[in-house]
Parts: sequence; C-alpha cells; structure tokens
Amino acid sequence: MSEITAEQVAHLAHLARIELSPEEIESLTKELGSIVDNVAKVTEVATPNVPATSHPIPLVNIFRPDVVGETLTQEQALRGAPEHAEGRFKVSAILGEEQ
Amino acid sequence: MAKPDLMDFDRALELYEPVLGFEVHVELNTATKMFSDAPNYFGGEPNTNITPVDLGLPGSLPVVNEQAIRYSISLGLALGCSIAESSRFARKNYFYPDLAKNYQISQYDEPIAYRGSVDVELEDGRSFTIPIERAHMEEDAGKLTHVGGSTGRIQGAEYSLVDYNRAGVPLVEIVTDIIYGADRDAPELAKAYVSTIRDIVVALGISDARMERGNLRCDANISLSPRGSGILGTRTETKNVNSLRSVERAIRYEIQRQAAILSAGGTITQETRHWHEDTGRTSAGRPKSDADDYRYFPEPDLLPVQPSTELIEELRAALPEAPALRRRRLKAEWGFTDLEFRDVVNSGLLNELAETVAAGASPQAARKWWTGEIARLANAAGVDSSSLVTAQQVAELIELVEAGTLTDRLARQVLEGVIAGEGSPAQVVDTRGLAVVSDDTALLAAIDEALAAQPDVLAKIRDGKVQAAGAVIGAVMKAMRGQADAARVRELVLERAK
Repeated sequence: MSEITAEQVAHLAHLARIELSPEEIESLTKELGSIVDNVAKVTEVATPNVPATSHPIPLVNIFRPDVVGETLTQEQALRGAPEHAEGRFKVSAILGEEQ
Repeated sequence: MAKPDLMDFDRALELYEPVLGFEVHVELNTATKMFSDAPNYFGGEPNTNITPVDLGLPGSLPVVNEQAIRYSISLGLALGCSIAESSRFARKNYFYPDLAKNYQISQYDEPIAYRGSVDVELEDGRSFTIPIERAHMEEDAGKLTHVGGSTGRIQGAEYSLVDYNRAGVPLVEIVTDIIYGADRDAPELAKAYVSTIRDIVVALGISDARMERGNLRCDANISLSPRGSGILGTRTETKNVNSLRSVERAIRYEIQRQAAILSAGGTITQETRHWHEDTGRTSAGRPKSDADDYRYFPEPDLLPVQPSTELIEELRAALPEAPALRRRRLKAEWGFTDLEFRDVVNSGLLNELAETVAAGASPQAARKWWTGEIARLANAAGVDSSSLVTAQQVAELIELVEAGTLTDRLARQVLEGVIAGEGSPAQVVDTRGLAVVSDDTALLAAIDEALAAQPDVLAKIRDGKVQAAGAVIGAVMKAMRGQADAARVRELVLERAK
C-alpha cells in the first residue's frame, strides 16, 4: 500500500504553489496513493538485468555546435504573457525568496 | 532583527573552529547558451537573447552545447577531478519565475567531474589544499527586478519584472568538500580559494570571471565547531558575495556572528543569508530547502554525456600551467624577492607583468611601472590597472626609458598621454615632443648659460662641494623643460669644472 500522507500532499501543494482545500487534499492523497501503487507494480515485473533508464532510446552524446541561431523578438517572447511591462514579463511579487 | 552582537574575532577563534564549504558558480563564455542556440549575452534589450527553449515553450527541446561540455571537462581536469565516464542532467524543481519552466536543468547524481583538489596560496606564501567534491553543469536563471518596494528588494514589492536573457547561460558549479583546519585563516582562505578559481578559469579562457558582473559567484557555507569537541555546528550559506574582498569580510562576519549566538547559549538556524556590501553584515534569507524538496529526477529531454578517453586526454594535454606552479616558475625566472613577488600577486597584476615581460621588458622595470605609477593612476581613477594601458604599451615605454629616449619623469607624461588615448608611447613622444634632449651641444649651451647666471658654482665644485652642481642641474632641467637626462647633465657640469 502507498505511504502517501495528507501532510505530504499539503507540502507538495506548497512547493508547487497550489492552494488546496482540505477536501481536495483528502481526495488527492487517495489518488496519488493509487498512482504510486500502480507505478510500483512495474518494479515487480522488472528483472535485475533491466537497467534503470530515463530515456526510451539508447543514445548518448547528442550535442549541437556552439553557433548562434535565430532568437525570438521581444514582441514574440512576450506574446503569450498574461501581463508584461518594460519589455519584461510581469509576475506577482508574492512568490517568496529566490532559489 | 536588531543589529546582532558580534564576538571579537580572536575570542571567537579561541572558542570555536570554523568549518567551511564553498559553492562557486562560473558562467562559461561560450557563444551560445547551455541548451539553446541563443546568444550567451544578457545585456541589451530584455527578452531578446532567447529562444523557445529558454522560455520552456511547449514543444521546444533542449540540446547540449558541445563547447560547454568541453569547457566543463577542462575545468574539471584543472581542478584535479576525475571525469565521469557517464554523466547526466537532472531537473531541479522549484517554483520561482527566474526560470520559466519551473525547473532548472542541472546535474544531481551523476556530475561531469568529481573528487579533485585545488592548492591555494595564502598571502604569506603558505599553501592549503582545498578538497573538491564535484563540478557539475547547469543553466543560469533569468533576472528579476522587484518594482514598487522602497528598497528594490522583494519585501514590499508590488510586482516583479522578468528578463530571461540570462536564462540558460551555461554554468559550472564547483562544490568543495567540507574544509577543516582553516582556523583563523578562514576569511583569507575563502578569498584565496575564490581568487584561485578565478585564476584557473581565466587561464583556461572559459569565463570572463568578472565577479562584479556575476560571471563568478560564491556561496560560502560556514559553521562553528566548539574547539576540541569534534561536533559539527549548524551551517549557514551566505550568498550575494560579489567581490573577493566581500568573500573575506562575509566569512569573518559570520564567524563573529555565530560565535556570539553560540556562546550566549543560542542556536544557529540553518538558512541562506544575504551579504550586504554597504553595511558589512549578513541578513537572514529563506530557510534552506532539503534536497528532497527539489524533487530531482533525470531530465528526460536530454541524453547521457559520455566523453571519450580521446577527448578527455586531448583536453588534458591542452591544459594551461596550474596557477600555483606558474607563480612559482615566474618568481624564479624574474628573480623577485618574496616581498616583491607577493606585492605583484596581491595587487592582482601577475598577468600584466608576465605579458609585459613577454613583450621584452625587464621584470624589475615592469614591476616598477605596474605596481607604481600605473597602479597609482588606476587607484585615483577607481578602475583596474589593466583597463588603462596594455602590456605592449608598458613594454614599449620601458624600452624608451632604457634606450635613453625618455627619463622616468618624461615617461610618466608619456604614460598619461597613452592613457588619454593619444596613441602608442612612441607616438605620444612625437606628438608631445617629449624625447630627452640627448644632443650634448644643446645641453652644454644650457649648462654654460646656467653657469653664467651662477658664477660661484664652478669654484665651489672645484673646492670639492660637488652638491653645488645641483643648482645648475636644476636650472638646466628647467631650461630643457625636463627633457634632459639629469645624470648626463651632472656629468657634463662636473666636466666643465675640471
């Protein structure tokens, strides 16, 4: 059974800056728990000689040359922004300290 | 919090041993960013040096900059590290708008370089080995400007404006192991370490390494261990230290601050602290997150980096001489005393001197000009010596002095002309008409004139009062507007008295 607790869900919600009601935390705790359980099933069928992977294609060293290409214009860059000012993205200031 | 009490530094060192650790971020000077082909340049108009990758737009995919890999491997090798056979990128997840993706691409469990060491020299010549845990690649974040607060900081700000030009700039983060035994040298050691890292990346040519521009940034971790207890204290991480001098001051301050709290029975909070250059203090930032909170996981958009042995050996063979070895070699080649050499190193003029000597000047003359007149002018103007003149120009000036074309006094005027942009030393000599009058006929004419004005001088010299010649030499130098070699004038005056 999963070990996801309501406290963990509340903590994750805080890290993601998502406001959750107590009801939402309760239902998400159950949902996340069953997702984790389902994922855990995969480890049951994986044999020791299957190495862990983070990519479906076994490639390495895919690089690009250090050559400048095309950039966005400021107008293009800001086109999708809900708000902007002085050529920059405008965001709420109540987001806490810099990482 | 009110002004924290500080314990006297010496007293703090009697009671506690400082334990250090550093994270130095080096911005690489590649042409393009770490994962996109946007120019690696963050001045200029906001949000113009960016591509969809730097904004994390849907459907965009990062691709690793090959040059950044080469630079990172070179740096790892210069730090005496092993280069990982296989390394990979990871997502460091955090919610803050300095990156548009809500994560930073970094490296976590498989950094490109690991386990090395750097020899650092203190000002008095003692050497200290700093253990390096790892060097990993990551991307820089964008720049936020907080608007509406009185201080320009986040407290009280109404909103923030984000410029992503810096987002995605390639960084290498160099992480030391825990550093024990620095003792009362801790502040100086911190400065010497960052200075050495700067020397290394400059020698490698992989970063502009200007601390004031943020090309090189140091986070300093420090904790105090009660002397003899063997117990590690709680550490703080001081950020925003933007000069070598600040690194030293910040460490000193934290030792005094933590010692005051601990000796009063208090506890240190594990937190980020911000260094304030103006007040010379640190202030509390956010509590330090656990690594778990970043929910690192392998970056699925990128593939492992597995540098070939050939590439690693190619880069190893191309490494410049290690700064500590180079210093030892130059000191011996130049025949400087400890004091002379330390003076040059501590003034940050080693490279300037080396280039000037390479351009043909004698080491002593190069030292005299760089640490003397040029340093004085640079100080007065509040700029770096190297921004005033080039090594080539200084070497040319020295050559003109040694050839007898210029006296030191004239050379100083020529230097002013060179700094004012009037051309090369030879050009300034021409345009300002500053060359020494080496024509003895002209000098003798001036001497005779001066002797006629002071008829008693010759008699005095003949009586053995050689110092009487001074008055005549002075008059001749004045008549020649300083453009004569005083030693030659003196010879001629004494000859006249025979």
